[in-house]
Amino acid sequence: MLKDITLGQYFPGNTVVHRLDPRTKILLVVVYIVALFQARGWVGYGLVTLVTLLCTALSKIKLRSMFKGVKPMLFIIALTALLNIFYTAGTPVRPGWIITWEGIARAVQMMLRIVLLISGTFLLTYTTSPIALTDGLELLLNPLKKLRAPVHEMTMMMSMALRFIPTLISETDKIMSAQKARGADFETGSLTRRAKALLPILVPLFVSAFKRADELAVAMESRCYHGGEGRTRMKQLRLERRDLIALILGGLFLAGMFVLKGFGL
Amino acid sequence: MKPIIQFENVHYTYPGDELESLCGVDLSVERGSFVAVLGHNGSGKSTLAKHMNAILVPDTGRVLVDGIDTADEERVLDVRRRVGMVFQNPDNQIVANVVEDDVAFAPENLGVEPAEIRRRVNAALRLVGMYDYRMHAPHLLSGGQKQRVAIAGVIAMEPEIIVLDEPTAMLDPQGRQEVVDTAFALCRAKGMTVVLITHHMDECIGADRLIVLSNGHIAADGTPAEVFADAALMAREGLDVPETAHLLRELRAAGMKLEGEPLAVEDCAELIANTLRNEKRSRK
Repeated sequence: MLKDITLGQYFPGNTVVHRLDPRTKILLVVVYIVALFQARGWVGYGLVTLVTLLCTALSKIKLRSMFKGVKPMLFIIALTALLNIFYTAGTPVRPGWIITWEGIARAVQMMLRIVLLISGTFLLTYTTSPIALTDGLELLLNPLKKLRAPVHEMTMMMSMALRFIPTLISETDKIMSAQKARGADFETGSLTRRAKALLPILVPLFVSAFKRADELAVAMESRCYHGGEGRTRMKQLRLERRDLIALILGGLFLAGMFVLKGFGL
Repeated sequence: MKPIIQFENVHYTYPGDELESLCGVDLSVERGSFVAVLGHNGSGKSTLAKHMNAILVPDTGRVLVDGIDTADEERVLDVRRRVGMVFQNPDNQIVANVVEDDVAFAPENLGVEPAEIRRRVNAALRLVGMYDYRMHAPHLLSGGQKQRVAIAGVIAMEPEIIVLDEPTAMLDPQGRQEVVDTAFALCRAKGMTVVLITHHMDECIGADRLIVLSNGHIAADGTPAEVFADAALMAREGLDVPETAHLLRELRAAGMKLEGEPLAVEDCAELIANTLRNEKRSRK
């Protein structure tokens, strides 16, 4: 069950989307999110959906992988939809009902908005290696270093966290098996009982995570790590023509969304 | 020639501990030699290792690496770039999600030029035989492979000394062999100084020098043949001797005249075969 977590998963590939500079991709995701929130009507949502599908096709990511990313959010999506159906004023579907046509339309649009939001961000993590992602983020946030923000430390922590996700997941599996072998029951009982059953897993997991962190720190120091100052990179990031084109297209898309919003579409 | 590592009367106690972990260690390691350090848990082996690259600094006495005092805080990086450390748990010393990015970590920290980092990374990965795995994710490799990546990670720093702190403790027999072979190759083919800390006797056999550590002091220091031949010492320290040394001792006790102290299985077999042949001939 733990193996299904797709957080921070990366599907290696060699498509245009994969080859884009991570900085470009991060900026484009920001543009995408802003654009998504400008959608007012079906035309707007249609355009965003089209762009999302186009990018997914370009990156050769299977739609099934996309749905896998959306799955954990289904509950929230359903809840949002439900609330919108019941709490939107307008013409009732039948006289006397509280469900309105506007409510249904609103619910579908909200669902679409969340699904698109998740898909867009997942497209970034699916096509960008975690290292490239954190490198890109560090470079983008570089100006903040002037304000003494610990940009390097933050991105280093991020990449470490990503590096240790699989390690900690396999460790959790191991601890769970060990507890199960001694009769622990994680699957039945009330919610509180199951939550309590997790405690004997979390304690050893945390203890070992701290131990790991300790050893890792020593190993990093042994390899001359001394913060971000004076560090170089093996893989230099360079903006190519395709990055420029992608950014221009992203800008046009955003402008288009604003125009549509102006017309209330 | 000046020794590359020199310990002068080093004492060290961990904060909060009552017992000293190192009590007056004097030791010098020659350039280009292969030194094995043997000892039980708690004998101070890891403490000794951590003094070699200024992770720990002696309470009294001093440690010189290539003439640099490890207590000199200004020069910690100079010490660490000379001494590469490989630790026990391969999972806890790999920092990146891709093998080659991990190997690049140390030279990146040292501010080496990108093209030069690329050259070093490729060279280091070829040296440990992991070049074909350079794009793999470390958590999908076997223990022995991970440990070889960790070794590549310190080689990319181009150190003069490699200290391996129980690198095989968590590995299966095959992984152990891979790592030990790599360590010997670094010393014999590349001329690096290697310090191997272990509690497996058989890993020490090929070393130039074997040091037995016990309760924070040096209990024995000599060639592996000399140390393993000292039955009283080995028994006192509760250490097993390699099977070959054990066999030679038993044969001698039974009255067979054997010369020398070969520890490698092939050499030992040859000695016994030769001796038997000679005995047969002299009887005729």
